[in-house]
Amino acid sequence: MSTTTTPYAAGLGERGLLRLATAGSVDDGKSTLVGRLLHDTKSVLSDQLAAVERVSRDRGLTAADLALLTDGLRAEREQGITIDVAYRYFATATRSFVLADCPGHVQYTRNTVTGSSTADVLVLLVDARKGVLEQTRRHLAVAALLRVPHVVVAVNKIDLVDFAQDVFERVEASVAAVARELGVAEARAIPVCAVDGDNIVDRSARTPWYSGPALLELLESLPPSEDVEAESFRMPVQLVIRPQGAAVSEEHREYRGYAGAVAAGVVRVGDPVVALPSGQQSTVVGIDLGSSSLPEAFAPQSVTLRLADEIDISRGDVLAAAEGAPTPTQDIEAVVCWLGDADLRPGQRLLLKHGARTVQAFVRTLDGVLDLDDLHAVPAESLSLNDIGRVTLRLASPVPVEDYAVSRRGGSFLLIDSHDGRTLAAGMVGATLPSAPPAPIAPEGDEDFDI
Amino acid sequence: MTRLCERRRRANPGSSPTPRVGMARIVEPPQPIIIGRYTLHYMTVTEVPSHAREATLPAEASPAAYGSAEREPARRLSQLDALEAESIQVIREIAAELERPALLFSGGKDSVVMLHLAVKAFWPAPIPFPVLHVDTGHNFPEVLAYRDETVERLGLRLEVASVQDYIDDGRLRERADGTRNPLQTIPLLDAINEHRFDGVFGGGRRDEEKARAKERIVSLRDEFGQWDPKNQRPELWNLYNPRHRPGEHVRVFPISNWTELDVWRYIEREDIPLAPLYYAHEREVFQRDGMWLAVGPVSQPRDGEVVERRLVRYRTVGDMSCTGAVESPAATNAEIVAEVAASTLTERGATRADDRISEAAMEDRKKEGYF
Ligand SMILES: Nc1nc2c(ncn2[C@@H]2O[C@H](COP(=O)(O)OP(=O)(O)OP(=O)(O)O)[C@@H](O)[C@H]2O)c(=O)[nH]1
Ligand SMILES: [Mg+2]
Repeated sequence: MSTTTTPYAAGLGERGLLRLATAGSVDDGKSTLVGRLLHDTKSVLSDQLAAVERVSRDRGLTAADLALLTDGLRAEREQGITIDVAYRYFATATRSFVLADCPGHVQYTRNTVTGSSTADVLVLLVDARKGVLEQTRRHLAVAALLRVPHVVVAVNKIDLVDFAQDVFERVEASVAAVARELGVAEARAIPVCAVDGDNIVDRSARTPWYSGPALLELLESLPPSEDVEAESFRMPVQLVIRPQGAAVSEEHREYRGYAGAVAAGVVRVGDPVVALPSGQQSTVVGIDLGSSSLPEAFAPQSVTLRLADEIDISRGDVLAAAEGAPTPTQDIEAVVCWLGDADLRPGQRLLLKHGARTVQAFVRTLDGVLDLDDLHAVPAESLSLNDIGRVTLRLASPVPVEDYAVSRRGGSFLLIDSHDGRTLAAGMVGATLPSAPPAPIAPEGDEDFDI
Repeated sequence: MTRLCERRRRANPGSSPTPRVGMARIVEPPQPIIIGRYTLHYMTVTEVPSHAREATLPAEASPAAYGSAEREPARRLSQLDALEAESIQVIREIAAELERPALLFSGGKDSVVMLHLAVKAFWPAPIPFPVLHVDTGHNFPEVLAYRDETVERLGLRLEVASVQDYIDDGRLRERADGTRNPLQTIPLLDAINEHRFDGVFGGGRRDEEKARAKERIVSLRDEFGQWDPKNQRPELWNLYNPRHRPGEHVRVFPISNWTELDVWRYIEREDIPLAPLYYAHEREVFQRDGMWLAVGPVSQPRDGEVVERRLVRYRTVGDMSCTGAVESPAATNAEIVAEVAASTLTERGATRADDRISEAAMEDRKKEGYF
């Protein structure tokens, strides 16, 4: 069989994936913008476009409603809103994108948290006429807490304010102020008109005062977010692989490997590693991916490690670089996005899933909830659906968590209802909420002072 | 059947230093940013080069051209490696968390890729769960032969749920339009109950269809097998939660984020054997609803439909009576990759009559428990 690749395929093979999520208040134009991005990059195949045009015509619209490319559920089309995340894919000459079009409605915030949790870049839409709304602040707070590596602000519906520069600048400044308060280091703003495609793929002649890149240009040039070289190796063990049964070949009878996805850093054959929480040490003697052996593996590869010693390791343990391994703990302070329908209260018992381990957790205290009006923590008795709060948890057994600020994978956890299995919260270890009324906002370029 | 014989594995699929396409980047080490009286540890500060596209190297540039002398080439996974890693993680996690999972295997390309990923996930141990085929009775014989060869080669346990049995004993009735794809739901749900499967891996991809685009990777089904798209469980980071109450189960879609093109590029890269009808071959076909249908026991031309011999291949395989072939000379994986990359129709748009029934046909079927 021929194994030569076409030039096109060869070019595709070298690209990385950038995961993008949309955010912003209801009707600010997220789905329209995603549709525009797909349409203007010629990523919509003709039968899909024909279907969208047909539905649009049936509704008496004169042009295709591009939001229908992602609003695919019956209920979404009836109501003209997004209810749950739609995933779409497209590629340009330099990058491949996974687009997660998230809902804006407050009721569906948990779906927006879902879409944002894996994003490399969040595109936050703001209606130029309305400016920053409560959902804008909530989504920006979520982006800050989740530490989405890049935030881009699309100031949309600029056509409805006559492409006015001063309106854009006012909105840009107010988003920047909120971003700064929440600790989002960079939130670059672009004036766009999603329905017509201004500054989405190509720069628009209708905003001559804007000299920055169009949205796609910016997305194509964002630097990759993870730097595995700078991280310390971590891998939660998902499975211990010990081939058994008659079908296993002679050479693999003695095989014993630890399968998992590298959560951070790089591991090489010969590296000393430690198993957590036991603290037992060994050396990596082999790294397998299927039947091929690799000299090294790095995040987020899924591999199987073989070790020099037969130490006691089981599912849920973490293999870490021997140097600087985290200390397992039973006490966790964290910020949680509460996604359960019933409230969270101190004294509650839940399950906590971190990496490949699930343990019982007890809610010791609730240390505050984020007030979205003035962006600081206020005392609270309970957390309701979509609240962002700080909690102190006690775990039934030690877990090697890390600060979320240091490691997205090492510091993230789920809270789960032990009765019905529901996912109740997204947790970030060691994250904090602003604890007092915010100090006066520091002027631009002056935020590196210490207090 | 030469495709089924030779297997070439890439020496180190994951280890080749994958070049980042020429982009300058300045990333300062993450440091807590202190504003006012509070600290929010936050993100890297990035500087964006304004004309990244101009800095792009041509696709033919040799790998050496990407790395710079001073800097070790960054370790970045290529798109396919990233997708593969995610899928394997999902398969392992669900296999570890659940007691009785099963993998839906039809012999079609998506389930073949999923099975290949499962082999990698557990190697050198065998796949620790059975495969389940919901057999419409309207199969392409080549696909059934391929299914059986694959099951045999990998030493798998195959369970078959047969739509034909249901029709024969009256539990299901043939539809007026003759298609059996929608009839698979009941036999599937019964098989899940009978075998007490608590999780079922499916080869569904989000890029296939707009209702599938809304699916979680791990997706809950109630005791009737129903999907509730308006009330899906949050799915955060790469922490998958398949817990559920007794009687419920989860559907798991490890290749959710793969596109048709990714699937074909992966088949090419890994040299995965497929049923021969995916490759160009001559076949007796006739045209119906703008599609080329094969002449066979369940798909006979009606009056006025002319049988012709054409060079065709299949983009999807399903119920033979309603799955269309596309005219194509593409006989190798490389040629198919090129063809799919240039295609202007989605695979379902081009080949599935049953999806054309209504705007929300797939959503409605999925709500009832279809894969
Ligand atoms: N004039 C104008 N209208 C726009 C623009 N972008 C979006 N709209 C309109 O705004 C309405 C809402 O657009 P959507 O894209 O559905 O908004 P959304 O943010 O996805 O809404 P949710 O997902 O429900 O939160 C639609 O009627 C769009 O046509 C724009 O740039 N200019
Ligand atoms: Mg929307």
